[in-house]
Amino acid sequence: MSTGLLYAMTGVLLFVLGMGGLFLRRALMTKVLAFNIQGSGAFLVLVGLGQRSGIPDPVPQAMVLTGIVVSVAATALALALIRRLADNDMGTGDEP
Amino acid sequence: MNALLRGCTVLACLGLGLGLAWSMLELPPAPIQMPGLVASHMDQSGVDHPVTAVLLNFRGYDTLLEVAVLLLALLGMLAAGTTPLHASSFKEAPMLTALARALTPIAVLVAGYLLWAGAFKPGGAFQAAAVLAGAAVLLRIAGLLPSWTTPADGLRLALAAGLLVFLGVAASGLALGGLLAYPPEWAGTLILLIETSLTVSLALILAGLFLAGPDSRPPEEQS
Repeated sequence: MSTGLLYAMTGVLLFVLGMGGLFLRRALMTKVLAFNIQGSGAFLVLVGLGQRSGIPDPVPQAMVLTGIVVSVAATALALALIRRLADNDMGTGDEP
Repeated sequence: MNALLRGCTVLACLGLGLGLAWSMLELPPAPIQMPGLVASHMDQSGVDHPVTAVLLNFRGYDTLLEVAVLLLALLGMLAAGTTPLHASSFKEAPMLTALARALTPIAVLVAGYLLWAGAFKPGGAFQAAAVLAGAAVLLRIAGLLPSWTTPADGLRLALAAGLLVFLGVAASGLALGGLLAYPPEWAGTLILLIETSLTVSLALILAGLFLAGPDSRPPEEQS
């Protein structure tokens, strides 16, 4: 098994762990964390599979660089929405 | 019933993981050798680093849309609106303030270097913008930078500048052959222009994701 394939396998493990967390955990913050772990797994699969023949492939690397920045922005938006949701719940007197 | 559902979810995730792992072991070699394709077109890209060439020339579409997505995420955050953070989250800390003051010029220098280095080694607009945004977050935590509620006109222009310059360059390519098709002799200059404006806009957008929101402290405490 090449190093690249080992990275891809680790990526699969992270992806599945994140997916389990996304389905099984109820707290929204944990869901956002799980979603991020899932994303990191997908990035690792892309980069790992891209270099499984031993030669680094710049195309998936550029895709992953794009993906990381987008996932940061998506996380920030998700956190803002969670805060907004918590504010609304507190405003109506419901349990947050 | 709930435990059964949880068990099924765990089993489904495990099954998916095993299936993915198996398919990766069985994956045939790629029919197209992309590293070779990129390497053979490097002389037309205008830069000397393959990742930068892919990011801003061969796959410019992705980067263009990515900048749009980032701007959209910030707009979404501003539209959702946030309430002030708890007042105690940003306390006066002399060590932190001194550290933030000392580190910010270094961060600006590192960002400038990363932007320049992107043409021939790992680096580029995104890395430079992340360093600048990190410095802005540090300044905010140290209480040296106020947060925004509604960006003023100048800030709005700076936030959109990266996307606008990128769109302008992409559209002017239409006159010369196609969207995002740079003439090889101009490619280096155009990429530097795009990367510089992207650095400013991305740094502000990334910092804005943290800074957006009303300031909870009384006005006289703000610097």
